[in-house]
Amino acid sequence: MAPDGALDRRKAVRLLLAERGDLLVVTGLGSPSYDVFDAGDHDGTFYLWGAMGGAAMVGLGLALAQPSRPVAVITGDGEQLMAAGALMTIAAKKPGNLTVAVLDNGHFGETGMQVSHSGLGVRLDAVARACGFPATAALATEEDLAAYRPELARLSGGPRFARIPIATGHVERALPPRDGAYLKTRFRRHLGIRVG
Amino acid sequence: MSEQVSDAEAAGGARWPLVLYAALTGAGVTQASYVPDAGHARLIELLHQNPEVQTTVLTTEEEGIALSAGAWLGGAKAVLLMQSSGVGNCVNMLSLMSACRMPLLALVTMRGEWAEFNPWQIPMGKATPGVLELMGVTTMRLERPEDAEEVITSAMTLAFDGDQQVAVLISQRMLGRKRWVEAK
Repeated sequence: MAPDGALDRRKAVRLLLAERGDLLVVTGLGSPSYDVFDAGDHDGTFYLWGAMGGAAMVGLGLALAQPSRPVAVITGDGEQLMAAGALMTIAAKKPGNLTVAVLDNGHFGETGMQVSHSGLGVRLDAVARACGFPATAALATEEDLAAYRPELARLSGGPRFARIPIATGHVERALPPRDGAYLKTRFRRHLGIRVG
Repeated sequence: MSEQVSDAEAAGGARWPLVLYAALTGAGVTQASYVPDAGHARLIELLHQNPEVQTTVLTTEEEGIALSAGAWLGGAKAVLLMQSSGVGNCVNMLSLMSACRMPLLALVTMRGEWAEFNPWQIPMGKATPGVLELMGVTTMRLERPEDAEEVITSAMTLAFDGDQQVAVLISQRMLGRKRWVEAK
């Protein structure tokens, strides 16, 4: 059973990140990094190009370090599946300012579109709820995404989890910078942290 | 069936966990994550008691690598506590720190190297320094309690000022033999 998402992933991410304000964003490797870059590069975005399974936990460390800023992790189903345990860790820690948003096409898109667990029936929003996320949602339409935007700006009530079923269609790659040290320094400067 | 007598008891009497704790908090470490180990029990307790420190219990050690990266992005210093058997779980995630030249401070209690009675602990214990070094992590040994301050402060400088990934391997000999009793 594949997710029946009809949303275009690029459009979904653009809708989610419109008027992002002081939102800090961490992206999971592969297409979510390209989608977020395509929606508009920003110094407050940290793109992962590897470290599969790390995005949500990078988001947790950041959310704990910056409690006065909202933090969103935007990743894919495959990346989040590798970090299923991290959903428990995050739920147990209860960071109010963190949202994990999973673009779910039910496939491993970077590697040849093999069907993922999500495509085989696992519902990540239900997993997140079972882990103890106080707020979980499935955002299946453009209206859902637009209505969800204010949630991303919240500093309390989290952690939130949003599953966004998207279409599997091909999209052009839009490649953000790959230099990790540059991305790190750019991000820290954005927060006003002195470059040593 | 047997159960472990808390090694924390033994470690609780020792001063070195206090020395590590004072050095970490003194240097501004405000995030600590861990997969528990008896050898870390006292330090974990101390970190939990400090409201200035965000403590996070992990389901697997690699989560703590990514958490440390997020902390650093947000301007915070983190420490990751684990047992040597957890080092293997971290391997690919270490590329995050290396690719981004981010500091990592890990305190690793060793198993499988001294008076080890459990053969299952030995392969990863033996491989721990090599695995870390292969991934570019600098390893330092803490063998004697009186060296705790010098080793931890030097590890923190290398990590947080030198942008290096550093693991302090706390020797099993220093932690003491694991003691077991029959359960009542």
